[in-house]
Amino acid sequence: MTITSSNPEILSELDRPNSYIGKSVPRPNLERLMQGRGLYVSDMELPRMGHVVFLRSPHAHARIAGIDAAAARSMPGVIAVVTGKELAAVITPWVGVLSHLKGLKSAPQHALAIDRVCWQGEAVAAIVATSRAVAEDAAEIVRVDYEELEAVTDMRTALDPATPVIHPALGDNLAFERNLDAGEVDAAFAGSDAVVEADFIFGRHTGVTLEPRSVVADWNAAEARLTIYQGTQAPHMVQNIAALHLGLEESQVRVVCKDVGGSFGIKVHIYADEMATYALSKLLRRPIKFVADRVESFNTDIHARDHRCWGRIGVKRDGSITAFEIDDLTGIGPYSMYPRTSAIEANQVVNLVGGPYVTRNYRARARVVFQNKNVMCQYRAVGHPIACSVTEGLVDLAAAKIGMDPVEIRRRNLIADNAYPCASPSGLRFELLSHHAAINKLMTMMDYDALRSEQATLRSNGIYRGIGIASFIEVTNPSAAFYGVGGAKISSQDGVAIRLDAQGSVICQTSITEQGQGSESLTAQIVGSVLGVSMERVRVILGDTDNTPYGGGTWASRGAGIGGEAALQAAKILRRNILDVAAAILQSSPAELDIADNAIVNAADGASRMELRELARIVYFRPDTLPPGVQPELMATRHFVPREYPFAFTNGVQASWLEVDTDTGFVRLLKHWVVEDCGTLINPQLVDEQIRGGVVQGLGAALFEKCVYDERGQLTNANMADYLVPMSGEMPDIDVGHVVSPTSETELGAKGAGEAGTAGAAAAVANAVNDALRPFGAVITEIPLTPQIILTALGRI
Amino acid sequence: MAISLEVNGERVDAQVLPRLNLADFLREQLQLTGTHVGCEHGVCGACTVRVNGEIVRSCLMLAVQTHGASVQTIEGLSDSGEVADLQAAFRDRNALQCGFCTPGMLMAAQDLLKQQAEPDREQIREHLSGNYCRCTGYQAIIDAVETTARARGRGTA
Repeated sequence: MTITSSNPEILSELDRPNSYIGKSVPRPNLERLMQGRGLYVSDMELPRMGHVVFLRSPHAHARIAGIDAAAARSMPGVIAVVTGKELAAVITPWVGVLSHLKGLKSAPQHALAIDRVCWQGEAVAAIVATSRAVAEDAAEIVRVDYEELEAVTDMRTALDPATPVIHPALGDNLAFERNLDAGEVDAAFAGSDAVVEADFIFGRHTGVTLEPRSVVADWNAAEARLTIYQGTQAPHMVQNIAALHLGLEESQVRVVCKDVGGSFGIKVHIYADEMATYALSKLLRRPIKFVADRVESFNTDIHARDHRCWGRIGVKRDGSITAFEIDDLTGIGPYSMYPRTSAIEANQVVNLVGGPYVTRNYRARARVVFQNKNVMCQYRAVGHPIACSVTEGLVDLAAAKIGMDPVEIRRRNLIADNAYPCASPSGLRFELLSHHAAINKLMTMMDYDALRSEQATLRSNGIYRGIGIASFIEVTNPSAAFYGVGGAKISSQDGVAIRLDAQGSVICQTSITEQGQGSESLTAQIVGSVLGVSMERVRVILGDTDNTPYGGGTWASRGAGIGGEAALQAAKILRRNILDVAAAILQSSPAELDIADNAIVNAADGASRMELRELARIVYFRPDTLPPGVQPELMATRHFVPREYPFAFTNGVQASWLEVDTDTGFVRLLKHWVVEDCGTLINPQLVDEQIRGGVVQGLGAALFEKCVYDERGQLTNANMADYLVPMSGEMPDIDVGHVVSPTSETELGAKGAGEAGTAGAAAAVANAVNDALRPFGAVITEIPLTPQIILTALGRI
Repeated sequence: MAISLEVNGERVDAQVLPRLNLADFLREQLQLTGTHVGCEHGVCGACTVRVNGEIVRSCLMLAVQTHGASVQTIEGLSDSGEVADLQAAFRDRNALQCGFCTPGMLMAAQDLLKQQAEPDREQIREHLSGNYCRCTGYQAIIDAVETTARARGRGTA
């Protein structure tokens, strides 16, 4: 199997007869998960382990007048009840800001609230007991006296002079503001034949990982060392932060990440209750386990996407887009999250709006405000769904205004496939994208013209179906430009160490992590391909700061592109080292030899010369038989970080085909298509499944998911019965196609694919609903598209 | 309270508190951690197990209610080979990512396949609609169950 590439000659290491690159091989170690023999943090038990339950504030904003835990402390089985003040003796507070987000401010946040709570669900005391049930019993009899304060809940009035300032020391409730003005926006609008504007409203939603956040922290006082078992995407980040705030060296903290029950960005942050769990272990000198329950998950897992974004677009009669302008407002809760901050999503919205299109005229303002709700931060496809929904919603509105087909207006404005490299008005640099190839492929896959005629026929029968298109760009393979330049100790490089063991198998340690995306598989595929070793003989170790190279982990669609390249480069070195030894043993030269099928072979005719197993035996047990001066190095380590481009942008386009019941307001999803360009496909099946899963998360946002707060800051649907998620019955089949434009920044050529699905799904659905409702003149720019919203737009209720 | 039951074919005698639910009993007392707890209120399906041949949400059933019953968990179904073909189809189709929903999903899918020889995709989607998966988007799971149903249909034809 060969891979598609514009420059195949540099890929010779991978383009081999037994290469796994480009093949849909099954992921290793799935049996463990399918047989119920995985090891998630929630499964772990350690000797002397205590279970912590957090007592959480029922108020959105209140002063803590007093805590009476005497009765709870005396309950059998209770190990300790710890308040914020007491815990502050072992852990310092933090402030979630980064220097490259100029002006971003936040207040010090403590592991447990001290004196004041700022959202419903903030922890005020930790109850540690011999079992979780006992701790929950004890939590019920801890008395907290609250003096309720006025809650700031509506982001639209958060900056009004009459609104209380949540953190008086900050002066106001504005966490961050960014303004951008590129090109000649006013002149462009003035010269337009039509200008359309709309308010886009996005429901605050959350990740709903099936396994809640879980931590076991084990402070060994005798070793002065803390081991943290946690389902995290970024073990080295956790190591750094835990050490920093507990007054330890990084070498005193080990982070171990076994199986993780879903992450999606939820598990890439540092949460106060997790910090409290680390601190409790140190304070109480024993292992402490915290597993959030579902109500806690809804109240404390980061929320996302609570944006209201006004936008307008100018267009000429010939369909050319003249300008975009947006004004985005988002409420992030009372603190900017740590350490990645809560300004990134709004910043991404500013970066990404209009991104697929050629117009140079773009003005944007984004404001990020504090409020007394749960914290918001980065969740899968950070900012992309907002930017895509606003951009693609506006493009459709413009098309409707001038009477042009939505596909045609996109074709006239998408950046040409031969225009690269180029940059966006917001300064994003594009190495190589393929918008036109992608939309052309999409048209074929969905048979657009046939669907349009089917739509027309059905419409005359009173059946309202719609087609929605959404082009998008996606940030992947982030360099230090994402976090490092702002002062965050979040590595943007990754490392891979590979060694040949004494029986000729390969052990590979990588700093990227696995939460089901296929990190282990892609690493084994790359290493096996480069080395000429079968995948079954490659064992991949990840998720352990003691036993992997230092690196960023798995987030922002970086695992394959960055960790994969490190694996490729490390495997190349090991291959060379193996061939050096083989040449010495076989009295040949490295150039005359190759490795294939777990054996040293002649490069010329492929004839087998020596099994790798035999080579390893000689190296490890009979080095005395090697020629003098030969010192084999059967272990190699390489690191990689992108340096030329801050981000490897990808692109794609999605389409939704759905039916709206205009009597009930229900939407039935009939089909969904995605064409995506993530460069080299290492394992097409895994890429497709990342995209499908991402699409369905976007479909949830489009139709169902919303954290409903009342005016007092109470989350009213914090359970899975009232907060609706996509289930199998409502989801459509999703066809996925690819265009392949490898990045030339790496030999592998892979870009990320983890967030493409989520980036454009909601925009495609919203455009399809509006397309279906066009005969009624209804336009909806709010998600989730609940029956209530649709019937209201139709004037039925 | 003393209870006596059969779990994956083994006799189990245990002392349990009346309030202990079956999921916690299986996970914490018997260390059968393949049964997962996702929502703790019967919505997500991660804790699905079989009691006397019927699938139940083990978070909604008390351990004491299983006195005298036969309980099967994913560990038991795996060891007996009952779902080996379904597991192979899941692996080949990458019908799991994080794997947290998978034991419950396999339980529910096997329940359908026992009831119905060759369910169509809509019926599979309907039967699995009480099992939440955040990773896959469901299509791969539906494919894997459909493939298994067809293979079993051919095998018995």
